[in-house]
Amino acid sequence: MENIVFLAFRRMRRPLLTLILAYAVATLGLTLIPGQDADGNLWRMDFFHAFYFISFTATTIGFGEIPYEFTDAQRLWVMISLYGLVVVWFYAIGNLLSLVQDRAFQQAVTERRFARRIRRLREPFHLVCGYGETGTALVQTLTERHQHAVVIDIDPDRVNALKLENLREYVPALHGDAARPIHLLEAGLEHPLCQGVVALTNVNEVNLKVAITSKLLHPDIKVICRADSHDIEENMRSFGTDYVVDPFDTFATHLAMALHAPGLYVLQEWLAGRHHQPLQEPVYPPREGHWIVCGYGRFGRAVYGRLRQEGLEPVVVEATPEITGTPQGEYVTGRGTEAVTLEQAGIDQAVGLVAGTDDDANNLSIIMTAQALNPELFIVARQNLQENQRIFQAVQAQVVMHPSSIIANHIRVLLGTPMLYQFMSLAMHQQDSWACELVSRITAVLEDELPEVWEQPVDEEEAWAVSQALTQGQVVTLGDLLRNPRQRERTLPCIPLLLLRDGSWVTLPGEEMPLRTDDRILFCGRLVANRRMSWTLQNEHALNYVLTGEARAQGWIWRRLQRGAAENGNG
Amino acid sequence: MNPEKVVFGFFIVLSLTLNFGFFVGEMDNPAHHHVYELFAVVVVNLIATVLKFGDRTQMGAVLLATSLVAVLQLLAAVLVWAWAEHIAGTGLTPVATASIVSLSGGAMLANVISVVLLVIETVMLRR
Repeated sequence: MENIVFLAFRRMRRPLLTLILAYAVATLGLTLIPGQDADGNLWRMDFFHAFYFISFTATTIGFGEIPYEFTDAQRLWVMISLYGLVVVWFYAIGNLLSLVQDRAFQQAVTERRFARRIRRLREPFHLVCGYGETGTALVQTLTERHQHAVVIDIDPDRVNALKLENLREYVPALHGDAARPIHLLEAGLEHPLCQGVVALTNVNEVNLKVAITSKLLHPDIKVICRADSHDIEENMRSFGTDYVVDPFDTFATHLAMALHAPGLYVLQEWLAGRHHQPLQEPVYPPREGHWIVCGYGRFGRAVYGRLRQEGLEPVVVEATPEITGTPQGEYVTGRGTEAVTLEQAGIDQAVGLVAGTDDDANNLSIIMTAQALNPELFIVARQNLQENQRIFQAVQAQVVMHPSSIIANHIRVLLGTPMLYQFMSLAMHQQDSWACELVSRITAVLEDELPEVWEQPVDEEEAWAVSQALTQGQVVTLGDLLRNPRQRERTLPCIPLLLLRDGSWVTLPGEEMPLRTDDRILFCGRLVANRRMSWTLQNEHALNYVLTGEARAQGWIWRRLQRGAAENGNG
Repeated sequence: MNPEKVVFGFFIVLSLTLNFGFFVGEMDNPAHHHVYELFAVVVVNLIATVLKFGDRTQMGAVLLATSLVAVLQLLAAVLVWAWAEHIAGTGLTPVATASIVSLSGGAMLANVISVVLLVIETVMLRR
């Protein structure tokens, strides 16, 4: 704030001084030059009239010669001062305008306004540094779930793009360098409601700096960083960065999961997927046979490594192996967009193909060429840019992976429902059949949209009635919560996935499981279940009905009131 | 030597000296207080005020405050003068002159504070 005022004052000094001097000289001149009154007597203008005359002349208004007609000497002086004053005015106004348009000044004004807006935030928010592909996807998925985000990006165009974006929540954005602590502070790093910092810029050093700054200035919050190399990853972990996400590894793990555990893959897609998306059918990639990997950049290498771990021997197609390096196994030099290279790589006996270059046009071209050569192929496409979504839908690839949104979803889960992350980590150790069974259970409770996932704490704040009942020694089981508070014979369309009690985890807790205070349960299911269940959790009459099946006599008025409230609560 | 400081000091001292020149003389005698002197005092005080803009130090802030006080006092004096001379049409009566001069006296006090602060700052700088 002060900076701007001082800057403005400093810049205004010279024009103001010029104005004062010009006015003083012109006024003084008018009082000194002899004039005549109406009768032709010698008359000198006094300061009052001189200042009045100069005031309107300087702004080129011109009320005429007052109070008496001027002599020629006065007119000469007025001419000189008029031109001088007009020039001075233009100079002063021009200076002020250039100050307003000055980049530094505007940046200062924007930053100040931004910082004030952040200070006034009254809802928990996440600070997202870097609004590239991943940042965009993350902000989108956060706001879809009514979580708040604040964005910093170094590119003013991206910040403007954010303002045009049609997001569910208001997202304040600052054009600034996230590596500078002052910008992080302005964006609310020390704000008590700041829940987490996500560093997603494409420069590792900046992400590292953001992580260090955040851990030093606000140690309690969650810090999630993107890192492209294992060195940086180690470095970040060394000072307690909560999660480090490597986009290439994450993508490769995802792909590997699709290969060796399709059920688990579908489960993950469903639970961590985007909002209000239709359910996808599970896909079953061929687990043995000849695979081709196009592109051996950072992505290609990660994918290649994972495929080899799965026991496959993929052939790599890479245009510039001298730059990217060569794999241990077979490789073909070429882009993969022409039939010749694909044929060299053995497309005719191949079962699967990964189009994983960093160019969407090339990937699409590879897929179309390969489909022409071998229509039976299982195709995994890498989509780099969100804007190409439509054409990737049009090309008949079995799996389309958009690394940015995979990572964005991953981070969103870490930020919003960390229990889901834990659940997926535990699920990794299960058989694929376990996952398939769970998927079919989830399908049974869903209609045709992806499930909602939410965490439900059993405490006084979020579950008043239940925690009261538990302290009085009543037994409330998980199954009781799953009953519909309107009709207890029916169950709510949701499934408890994970229960956290005293730091230990129970995967897929059974219905007979008695609850305890401070349990935390992860549910997945339809949103309506969440709303109905909060009725059981918070209202003791609803809880009583669910437990015993009898509605207490509460008198006519009370019953009416409760019915009205129940309808509102469920609406 | 910083030329900016020279100009700064010059105008602060000049506003005090001119103010003093206008102030001395019999309180209610218009012949002792010339209107051109008042004009010069106002102009120099305005310049001194603008020169103090944009100084971030504590001293700069106090200097700006005293200057603003002086300018306000002088503008009040000018208004009294314009009222007596042109609007009321009574001319510079002893009463009007006395109030103009006393207002400029107040401005002079503010200017004295400015100069004292300037001297203090200079002395501290030498240490």
